[in-house]
Amino acid sequence: MSTTQTLTPTMKRQRRANLRRNAFYLILIVVGMVAPFLAYPVFLMKVLCFALFACAFNLLLGYAGLLSFGHAAFLATGGYITGYLLASYPAMTPEMGIIAGTLAAVVLGAAFGALSIRRQGIYFAMVTLALAQLVYFAYVQSPFTGGEDGLHGVPRGELFGIISLRSNLAMYYFVFAVFLIGFAIIQRAVHSPYGQVLKAIRENEPRAVSLGYNVDAYKLVAFILSAGIAGLAGSTKTVVFQLASLTDAHWHMSGEVILMTLLGGVGTLFGPIMGAGIVVSLQHMLGQSPLGNWVSVILGVIFVVCVLSFRSGIVGEINKMYHKNFK
Amino acid sequence: MTMIFGVPLAVFMGQLLLGLINGAFYALLSLGLAVIFGLLKIVNFAHGAMYMLGAFAALLGMRYLGINYWAALLLAPLLVGGFGMLIERFMLRRIGHLDHLYGLLLTFGLALIFEGTLVNFFGVSGARYPTPEVLQGGFQLGFMFLPAYRAWVLAAALVVCLFTWFMIERTRLGAYLRAGTENPALMQAFGVNVPLLVTLTYGFGVALAAFAGVLAAPLYPVSPTMGSSLLIVVFAVVVIGGMGSILGAVLTGLGMGLIEGLTKVYYPEAANTVIFLVMILVLLLRPAGLFGKEA
Repeated sequence: MSTTQTLTPTMKRQRRANLRRNAFYLILIVVGMVAPFLAYPVFLMKVLCFALFACAFNLLLGYAGLLSFGHAAFLATGGYITGYLLASYPAMTPEMGIIAGTLAAVVLGAAFGALSIRRQGIYFAMVTLALAQLVYFAYVQSPFTGGEDGLHGVPRGELFGIISLRSNLAMYYFVFAVFLIGFAIIQRAVHSPYGQVLKAIRENEPRAVSLGYNVDAYKLVAFILSAGIAGLAGSTKTVVFQLASLTDAHWHMSGEVILMTLLGGVGTLFGPIMGAGIVVSLQHMLGQSPLGNWVSVILGVIFVVCVLSFRSGIVGEINKMYHKNFK
Repeated sequence: MTMIFGVPLAVFMGQLLLGLINGAFYALLSLGLAVIFGLLKIVNFAHGAMYMLGAFAALLGMRYLGINYWAALLLAPLLVGGFGMLIERFMLRRIGHLDHLYGLLLTFGLALIFEGTLVNFFGVSGARYPTPEVLQGGFQLGFMFLPAYRAWVLAAALVVCLFTWFMIERTRLGAYLRAGTENPALMQAFGVNVPLLVTLTYGFGVALAAFAGVLAAPLYPVSPTMGSSLLIVVFAVVVIGGMGSILGAVLTGLGMGLIEGLTKVYYPEAANTVIFLVMILVLLLRPAGLFGKEA
């Protein structure tokens, strides 16, 4: 007896979905491996860092239904801690710096999360925004961040003390590996029983409570995970660009990551990556054109258009089209 | 000279007054946010931008049309309020049936557009708006000097807050508004034009912000970014007070302004963070907010 006969239709669909997902992962890896030979590696690294940042944000908004307006704080914290450690202790290797930065973001995320999940919906967004502004002011005033000037000349150093990251190609593959690790953690979380409960909470919180789930604990873990990976993105970004600045802590950055996720598709696996790619490319292209001063206006217009008539985002719309025509 | 905990009385009172003025702006803005939230259930992220547009309307009106301060105080809120009604009618209404987070995102995008556009035309450094002649100078109270314009701002803000409270709690229109907050579908069934009510409410909330903007124009530099940083503080104020009650919003606003002023006297480094710290404290001790109802 072949195995297919014992499979129920749901299992079959599940299996097809898994297959499709694995194919996507494979494409992602292949594209990532070849990309530095086709495009400028520094630009690609920027895209990857922001893509990871957006994926972390998407974990919270897309799967837990929590809109954080303060994710810039985690990106900046990862960046500052890593930058400070690598710049002040020459014995530090980049991966140690990145781990330290990520842990700092995790700690901050635990504090933010514990406070903000006490309020729901719109209040949650306002609380996270206010907390992030608090962090912003703290970074403006504290001496180790260099205030308005930021941290410059952070050494890239040698990975594990052996592999020099000075060449952009070596750096790129390291960043790509970090991205894959972060992405894999998110995928694992989303497709685990834990991720299922998270979605249940998003869909109907009172019901999840009455089923006996400790909703606050689930939300808190999601928040910490998201904050940690956002910190990982920030740490890696600092190593790549050798600087950490207040731009990363500003609320504009929290808005940008929302836009990336929304544009690509909230709650989709690849949406945030695509959204990050588009927004970073757009900023890159506009920055060199006469429209350079209009970047924030253009981002605002995209925001409005997305909310008014493009709410599933690019990947979401493609999925919808696929389901309509091929099912 | 009288000292209060090692600070001269005049300095102490001066900072307290500054705090109270800031508090008046917090009160006006959080009041508008609360009114809008009550009926539309969205947080108006463009509120800071509307405040800024109010100030700019006054500034540009004076520069190019010769409109004086007193006319601006009336015209700017009308103009911005009308603009707000258009936004509600043609944008917010289209997403009214969706998750209310979309309203927040839409207004955030609008705020980026307004701010970014004005930055391109006027830069970020800010322009000065002259204090109206009648309100120049001030009163010597003995223990401190009270600038006339600041006294006027405080009085005007309080009067407008009271007027809003009266409108909402004591008039027929206000009764519709409160009923609409509770149950819009039932209101509609009774023959009340709820969509029109929603449009008017948004326009009114936004007009309050613009009014605050005109009041602020002679006090602070008029710049495109003047609204956004203020708005984040106002969000914290709203979290502290809860958006359930009108008087709650006003009291919290004034109170937070005072606390900020006091911090400026005794520990200036924390002056721009103290409200966020109070917010954390409130979240820990009374998560629903001081005047909020437990959801």
